[in-house]
Amino acid sequence: MSSNNDNSSKFSATRRKLLMGMAALPAVPLLSQAGLFSTPAFAQAPATSAVNTTGLAVTDTEVTVGILHSVTGTMAISETGSVQAEKLAIDQINAMGGVLGRKIKFIQEDGASDWPTFAEKAKKLLVNDKVAAIMGCWTSASRKAVLPVVEQYNGMLYYPTFYEGLEQSKNVIYTGQEATQQILAGLDWVQKTKAGKTFYLIGSDYIWPRTSMKIARKHIEGHLKDSSVVGEEYFPLGHTQFNSVINKIKLKKPDVIYAAVVGGSNVAFYKQLKAAGIDLSKQTLLTISVTEDEIDGIGGENFAGAYSCMKYFQSLDNPNNKDFVAAFKKMWGEKTVIGDVTQAAYLGPWLWKMTVEKAGSFDVDKIAAASAGIEFSKAPEGYVKIHPNHHLWSKTRVGQAQLDGQFKVVFETPDLIEPDPFPKGYQ
Amino acid sequence: MFSDYSLAELGSIFVMQGFAGLILFSVFVLMALGLAIIFGQMGVINMAHGEFMILGAYVTYFTSQFFLNHLPALFTAYFFVAMILAFIASGALGMFIEWAMIRRLYKRPLDTLLATWGLSLILQQLYRSVFGPREVGVELPQWMMGSLPLTDTIEVQINGLFVMGLTIAITVVVAVLMYKSSWGKQVRAVVQNRVMAGAVGINTEKVDRYTFGLGCGIAGVAGSAFTMIGSTGPTSGQLYIVDTFLVVVFGGAQSLLGTIASAFTISQAQSTMEFFLSGSMAKVLTLLGVVIILMLRPQGLFVIKVRR
Repeated sequence: MSSNNDNSSKFSATRRKLLMGMAALPAVPLLSQAGLFSTPAFAQAPATSAVNTTGLAVTDTEVTVGILHSVTGTMAISETGSVQAEKLAIDQINAMGGVLGRKIKFIQEDGASDWPTFAEKAKKLLVNDKVAAIMGCWTSASRKAVLPVVEQYNGMLYYPTFYEGLEQSKNVIYTGQEATQQILAGLDWVQKTKAGKTFYLIGSDYIWPRTSMKIARKHIEGHLKDSSVVGEEYFPLGHTQFNSVINKIKLKKPDVIYAAVVGGSNVAFYKQLKAAGIDLSKQTLLTISVTEDEIDGIGGENFAGAYSCMKYFQSLDNPNNKDFVAAFKKMWGEKTVIGDVTQAAYLGPWLWKMTVEKAGSFDVDKIAAASAGIEFSKAPEGYVKIHPNHHLWSKTRVGQAQLDGQFKVVFETPDLIEPDPFPKGYQ
Repeated sequence: MFSDYSLAELGSIFVMQGFAGLILFSVFVLMALGLAIIFGQMGVINMAHGEFMILGAYVTYFTSQFFLNHLPALFTAYFFVAMILAFIASGALGMFIEWAMIRRLYKRPLDTLLATWGLSLILQQLYRSVFGPREVGVELPQWMMGSLPLTDTIEVQINGLFVMGLTIAITVVVAVLMYKSSWGKQVRAVVQNRVMAGAVGINTEKVDRYTFGLGCGIAGVAGSAFTMIGSTGPTSGQLYIVDTFLVVVFGGAQSLLGTIASAFTISQAQSTMEFFLSGSMAKVLTLLGVVIILMLRPQGLFVIKVRR
């Protein structure tokens, strides 16, 4: 019974929109003739009934998307940049005429650094607000909480953070790197240029560092010549005292410290490393968890000389990135910095716009099917392309931290690296 | 594990490791002292202790910015000014909170847990709204960074020495205040029997307010000092709260000596185990040890007899 009701109400909603669309149609040429209607995009907009067959929040002039990040709680530190980037992208797309002639309107919800809240808000966005897509989540835990919701209600999630892989969904586009894209090329580089033979792995104790370190260890022991892991350590999230492990590192004298420490621990780790007299210009340290955002808290003087392996750095020298950085600073202030994830978040709305235009529809099923092969040549990180597995082809880069908190790019893979969320031989 | 190393190398590592334990000890004492006064002497379970610390850290950050921009010549000495300001700011906020909230709850000590937990959430969001959600980096003067080479292989951290010196100084001041001054006598009298203390003419309200202010002020100084070794952000206070309560409860809530002894035990155990085991495992074993000892001795390591 209830499903019948659902169908009939959906049908009538569509019919109503159809009628509204038809009513609006004759008005458009009149208005544009009178010169009142100056945005040409609207005149060309296809009828709502044609581009929205599943009852999403799409009108003749507007389409609604959701932004779902933490602006309160512990994760607000990290997620603020993503929110800013997504708003900037939406602003820019609107200035260019929107998507299929419709302005993007966004509804922002706060995940409050709490995973069940993320799931609840995702459900609210999909069921009540009927958003066409969600730009959101940051930690793996929040994504794992939201995933069943977007799959059940058939939503579209654009997820920006680099993460541990081992996941793939029709309903998610992963705009950050999965683990192999971030780890393998960086390790190859450090072994070659720094003659790194012994590695000390250190990370925070949860799924992302543990999975990443597992892949790193397999790669070091199996694929790098004469290389070995001399230590592997995990610390609880929020750990603030690293003097003992620093002594251990001093004793083992590894060629390379390979770090994936996050959050407040990150700051404590680098400050104490510096205080203990480990000079990062002599001791090679390669990390996969420090972007320009984190350096703000760590302090450039404590991190200068270390290497970070990412796909994007604010200092990238290409015209796309120059425009992006200028626009970002204009919108959010001269002092804001842009980290890897912020850039990946910026890709979300753009990739969605291009997919919608390719599919000629806002329908989630059509977008999921049309995503593979979408290319974005104006991405700040350079050209990117969506793989059939819904991750991005992208380059791996290594940057050396400078005193001012920016990175100098010292290495970049010549080709785009294929995303491989389920790497064989690394599990 | 040690077979590949020479005796000299091992010797210097053990010296540095001993020193790491002492630094951890000082850090624990410094963060627990304020709480030991508030929780131990007044019976108030102050869940917002971490947020009072972070207020001190933010004061330090703004002082450093002020000196950088307006008094660059005096930048080398700004940290001392910052610590005094941190003490004043956190102490003043503490006295205000005591007046507005805590004094209504002395008869319901368990409710202070809920009230101060709410306060901690409010303060976190306040910091986030006012100072921004991102962490800030506090710049240190050059002389406080790096390490002091004692021999070729032994190096000790300057900021570690600084924290140790600070801890000793504050502990001595607090001990003198508590056990030698007439104000300390009044505090102890109020703790032991509030009604009787009032009856003999002690202004218990005033004593309460200043005691709470002192505890919060010390938390502010601790937060200021921890900008050298940790992060400064709206929720950084949460990083310290568990360890702080652990030290105070384990030591026996009403004894300052107990706090110090417990800080020493926990820090040495943890830093030694961290060296031989992995980080997470060391934490697990430390907590397990504390739980077992508290099961056998619920009152903590040291107790003073208090008539209830």
